[in-house]
Amino acid sequence: MFKVLENLKYSKTHEWVSVSDGVGTVGITDFAQHSLGTIVYVEGYEPGEEVSQGGECGAVESVKAASDIMAPVSGEVLEVNEEVLNNPELLNDDPYTNWILKIKLSDEDELNALLDAKDYEKEQK
Amino acid sequence: MIQKTCLYDNHVKHNAKIVEFGGFLMPLEYTDITSEHLAVRNDAGVFDCSHMGEILVTGKDTLSFLNYLVTCNVKEAKAMKMTYGLLLYENGTVVDDLMVYKINDEKCMLVVNASNTDKDYEYILANKKDYDVKIENQSNDYGQLALQGPSSLSQLQKLTSYNLSELKYSYFDYIKLDGKDFIISRSGYTGSDGFEIYGSPIDIIELFEKLYNNGVQLCGLGCRDTLRFEAAMPLYGHEINDQVTPLEAGLSFGVSLEKGDFIGRDVLLKQKEQGLTKKLVGIELLERGIARGGYELYKDDEKIGEITTGYMIPNTNKVYALGYVKIEYSKIGEEISVLIRNRKVKAKIRNKKFLNKEYAR
Repeated sequence: MFKVLENLKYSKTHEWVSVSDGVGTVGITDFAQHSLGTIVYVEGYEPGEEVSQGGECGAVESVKAASDIMAPVSGEVLEVNEEVLNNPELLNDDPYTNWILKIKLSDEDELNALLDAKDYEKEQK
Repeated sequence: MIQKTCLYDNHVKHNAKIVEFGGFLMPLEYTDITSEHLAVRNDAGVFDCSHMGEILVTGKDTLSFLNYLVTCNVKEAKAMKMTYGLLLYENGTVVDDLMVYKINDEKCMLVVNASNTDKDYEYILANKKDYDVKIENQSNDYGQLALQGPSSLSQLQKLTSYNLSELKYSYFDYIKLDGKDFIISRSGYTGSDGFEIYGSPIDIIELFEKLYNNGVQLCGLGCRDTLRFEAAMPLYGHEINDQVTPLEAGLSFGVSLEKGDFIGRDVLLKQKEQGLTKKLVGIELLERGIARGGYELYKDDEKIGEITTGYMIPNTNKVYALGYVKIEYSKIGEEISVLIRNRKVKAKIRNKKFLNKEYAR
């Protein structure tokens, strides 16, 4: 089984978000990193850019394929994790510690559209 | 119908991630693409190639028929040597690329791409004309392995008294491995030294497990693609298809225009005389990003072509691609851009020698 953390919210497209003080920290799930295989490239939208829930906010690529990262929440990008951009394999090592983007939420109600850990676990089957 | 090769159960047993390719369920990777890629470059890896097609041509007109059918000169080729050639449409574009194994003047085996086997077989039958030849699709009678990498020779030598170092690049022979009969050529599709091995499905299964037990890395289609790409070898459906000619694809080494008539020759002669309008080039990215097959190429605002295959070479930060560009932008050093997710990323045209091949041709 793939690791799912209790305290996070999940999208059906395999991103996670953790919200604190109106700021969402966003990454990809253990299931996602495992499906992709060795990750060799990561990019995120630049700070200042607006993203919307379910829309693109970056991309992650393995040797074989490119795959978009979908924003689990709408808002303004505040920060991109440069360490992950420079060391993409960190996402394989620990996809929950190694976040990709921080987004200032424009609508906290959107969190209701996301899955909790228990429902996301079912999604993976 | 999706088919399985004779090794399907072995792939499952060895925990391969299975994908569909060319109508077959094949292993994409057993461990991960990068480590399998490096095993072939530094040690040895074995691939299941049983999905590929084997078409046998026999009869007294074998050589004249093949010289009319494919681009290479089979008449002039040495016996027990393989030659690279292409099967063309009348308009000079590509039906498939293949290896001709010339057994003797009346017997040749064509090894073709899995996804094209039925198409090729039909096409060959349709062009048989009055040639006195027999054409048999024997694809189901053969299993095939490719043993690739610098340790291939020592690994295979453990299984036979035949002096394999005498088998030079692109030659083949009937060789016994642990008493079983195989056809083995010194060849491959990775850019590293190695062997391609044909045998009955049951013997191929046994050999596969034997190589595994002797420490050879099992390799899937994922690294087969990164390896052949790094060696700038074309793949049907990417670098070659029914929209391009061998000359545009840079494959003139597989085309003998001098040998006399063959299907598609007139168009190639004309193209050679008038000059090409597009050609396959090597591309190197100058900024961050990975160029993938299908991405568009630009010179300023003008679309000048498309990527056919692109990768970050495993275990490096180098991002290379192959792609077609209009001839006026095909000079080495020309600065162009690749459209990646709506962003233009700087790149330049370079030679296709991504890999320094370390074995003697």
